Amino acid sequence: MMENSMQNIYLAIPLVALFGSIIAGFFGAQIGRKGAHTVTILGVGIAFVLSLVALNHHVFSGAPAYNGTVYTWLVSDGIRFEVGFLIDNLTVMMMSVVTGVSLMVHIYTIGYMKDDLHNWPKDSLAGPNAYQRFFSYISLFTFSMLMLVMSNNFLQLFFGWEAVGLVSYLLIGFWTVRPTAVYANMKAFLVNRVGDFGFILGIAAVVMYTGSLDYADVFAKAGDLSTQTMSVFQGSEWNVITVICILLFVGAMGKSAQMPLHVWLPDSMEGPTPISALIHAATMVTAGIFMVTRMSPMYELSDTALSFILIIGSLTAFLMGLIGIVQNDIKRVVAYSTLSQLGYMTVALGASAYSAAVFHLMTHAFFKALLFLAAGSVIIAMHHEQDMRKMGGLKKYLPITYWTSLIGSLALIGFPGFSGFFSKDSIIEVVHDTHIYGHQLAYMSVLGGVFITAFYTFRMFFLVFHGEERMDKHTKEHLHEPSWVVTFPLIMLAIPSVFIGGFTIGDMLFGDYFGSAIYIADNHDALAEIGKHFHGAWAFVEHGFAGPAFYLAMMGVFSAWYIYMKQPDIAESTKQRFSFIYNLLDKKYYFDEFNAWFFGAGSRGLGNALWKVGDVQFIDGLIVNGSAKFVGWFALVSRQLQTGLLYHYAFAMIIGLLGLFGIGLFLN
Amino acid sequence: MTITDLLFFAFSGMIVVSALGVVVSKNPVHSALFLVLTFFCTSAIWLMLEAEFLAITLVLVYVGAVMVLFLFVVMMLDIKVTEMRKGFVSYLPVGIGFALAMLGIMVWVVGPFGTGITDTATLNQAVVHGANYSNTKELGKVLYTDYVLAFEIAAVILLVAIIAAISLTLRRRPQTKYQTPGEQIKVKRNDRLKIISMDAEVKK
Amino acid sequence: MITLSSYLTLGAILFAISIAGIFLNRKNVVVLLMCIELMLLAANMNFVAFSHYLNDSAGQVFVFFILTVAASEAAIGLAILVVLFRNRQTINVDELDRLKG
Repeated sequence: MMENSMQNIYLAIPLVALFGSIIAGFFGAQIGRKGAHTVTILGVGIAFVLSLVALNHHVFSGAPAYNGTVYTWLVSDGIRFEVGFLIDNLTVMMMSVVTGVSLMVHIYTIGYMKDDLHNWPKDSLAGPNAYQRFFSYISLFTFSMLMLVMSNNFLQLFFGWEAVGLVSYLLIGFWTVRPTAVYANMKAFLVNRVGDFGFILGIAAVVMYTGSLDYADVFAKAGDLSTQTMSVFQGSEWNVITVICILLFVGAMGKSAQMPLHVWLPDSMEGPTPISALIHAATMVTAGIFMVTRMSPMYELSDTALSFILIIGSLTAFLMGLIGIVQNDIKRVVAYSTLSQLGYMTVALGASAYSAAVFHLMTHAFFKALLFLAAGSVIIAMHHEQDMRKMGGLKKYLPITYWTSLIGSLALIGFPGFSGFFSKDSIIEVVHDTHIYGHQLAYMSVLGGVFITAFYTFRMFFLVFHGEERMDKHTKEHLHEPSWVVTFPLIMLAIPSVFIGGFTIGDMLFGDYFGSAIYIADNHDALAEIGKHFHGAWAFVEHGFAGPAFYLAMMGVFSAWYIYMKQPDIAESTKQRFSFIYNLLDKKYYFDEFNAWFFGAGSRGLGNALWKVGDVQFIDGLIVNGSAKFVGWFALVSRQLQTGLLYHYAFAMIIGLLGLFGIGLFLN
Repeated sequence: MTITDLLFFAFSGMIVVSALGVVVSKNPVHSALFLVLTFFCTSAIWLMLEAEFLAITLVLVYVGAVMVLFLFVVMMLDIKVTEMRKGFVSYLPVGIGFALAMLGIMVWVVGPFGTGITDTATLNQAVVHGANYSNTKELGKVLYTDYVLAFEIAAVILLVAIIAAISLTLRRRPQTKYQTPGEQIKVKRNDRLKIISMDAEVKK
Repeated sequence: MITLSSYLTLGAILFAISIAGIFLNRKNVVVLLMCIELMLLAANMNFVAFSHYLNDSAGQVFVFFILTVAASEAAIGLAILVVLFRNRQTINVDELDRLKG
């Protein structure tokens, strides 16, 4: 009985969100703005409540993990293609985070998109109902993300994966009349595609070697695969598990924006701020981290894959943070911060501390969404001005935004006591203790990253909320705190940013929270090593005040305060003196230029060459026309033989006869 | 050198000379007559090879019918002799060269190299038949039993040749009246006669 | 000593002469036909010689048939020649190149 009702609840969670999305999407014009936002918020709200019910059922009532099939799509050659749910502690955590943040974003959007009509030209057909369309999309996103985290097989995972990519594309290019937005959404989709290419190769390898798409079957057979090898290129033998894990991680690189597939995330800021908060901070970009955690039984079997993940994560964490220092757009700073924090999560995955990665995912979801929504609140107040150089001294105009931003920033830099501190410091400690190849680089990167994070976070904070007011008079007159629909989500997100870390760290990281959801091999278990020194959240906080990370963070805050509050000329002169480094960072290490030149211009050049040389010259000229010309030429020559004169023909016969004699003789 | 050897050399010499004469003669009538001489000498050689029936047949059929036909045609065509010789000399070396090449190869083929037969002693032991050996009878025995099908087919070939020769050269004169049996058979009663009913006419 | 090979050589010489005749004769189609008869004669010579030396009547039977065919072929060839002359008024081989490609 309990099982049955829980099954209905599990089924209801994604379907309610989908239902809301369909109504707002197809009947948006009929039900109007109020109808659209009501039905979608109701949908996601119910999903949130039901997720909390599931959370209670699994975590607090201790129910076992649920693994069941909802619908069998087809069975082909022994492989089952199904829709199914795997609900365990990891899943319910993700579900709660996704639906919670989504609900906050839905409410926030009411205020943010109120004046959306200004963004569309007068005669636009899409403009009037864009508001409803937006709500439909973000509910659709919630549905897709839920399907992704609740799935129990690779097919549904891939469905959710692609669906969130699709909705991200739709939302980044929401304002279809802006060419930058269209460019950005194409970029996001194409870079994601590159990642998905690796992902689908990984899934294909899984099916090829295990004959099943189901997680349970694959994990059971993973042990056998670690002894098999496959020949990827001629003559080189690779371990099957390593290949599968690296390919799946390539998919995660695309989705979670690790280098070099990170280029789409900053451009995705072209979309409205609510979706930057929802998709590109809290949920979609964490799908990669979630996937690797889910696949931990496989990743533990391949040290190579873990090292690979570790190194990529460290590079992303450090290098992306550096770019954040020179950004002037408020949303870009937060975007690069997201990239850097995703790097942290990836580093934790590489060090086999999956629970630490997911823990940081959860805390990051809250404080990053908070920071994005706060930035959005500032943007609304400043009448959609996003350049930080035109802001300043907003503290007295936007008090609620100010205090929630401060909480979010402190959480981000890892100030002891806030939730971000617990997750970040756990990662730093794990990386210090792990033995996997590349751990020295990782430790340097995460520690350096702490300083940089503090620096750019508080640079943004001081430039926006303190200092002299650099905005024009007209804007200054209209500065006021946005309505409660905007500030209420900020407050609701600030609460977990402070408290959730301390309350859950004991169970999540060092307890048995994740249980069988995560598997760690004994020789990789650095997290357990740290667990031996863990004496509770308060002790961890005290320990934190003594660690190097705290001092680096404080140095970062102090440097930001000094440079941007006390002596702004230092920033200017440093920029002049180190202009080479400034340009390198400003151009984001020339990744975009390289991609445009190598892939873009390269493909066009290749296409051109194939057209002009391959098609026109070779196929048309040589083979098609050439063979016709050859036939013509040959006929012209052969015609000479037909003189019409009898004795010539007789002569030819005689020569043939002589030839036959000769052949007969020689063969004899 | 027996008398048969001498005869052989004489006759084969004549054959070669008259064959050359066929090729070289300016006048086509001369060529035809040289060909007749060639056939006669060949017939003599075949007699020496104890193929009497064939020798006689050669003279009767070939010389008597075919060569006469040739002469008829040559005379009928009324060819101008003078302009016939141009270009002969220029091609002579090539022609002779080719002929010699052909000759060389053929001799080589049927010699010991080509056939692989080195012991020709038994091969040259020809069977000499007795006095009452009838070549015709022997030929008849084989022809009407083993090769009767070929014999019938040869007859059909001759029939076809007659029909072909006639149909190729047949000319119809406009004023000559002739019958076409095919049309005659195809005629139907209604094409020739039409019965109509009419009132009786009575003359007063 | 007259051996089989002497007769074969004789046949070969006849054949070579007729080939030269076909090649050298450019002016007269009738001579061409006569050279063809010579070729057939050369082949017949070979057959009769072999028939004698191998004591097999099959050679002579074959000559019989070759004779038949040669006669009919000569008849038809001459008929064609007559019709050709009627239409072209010439039997100069060089002028008969209507089948030129």
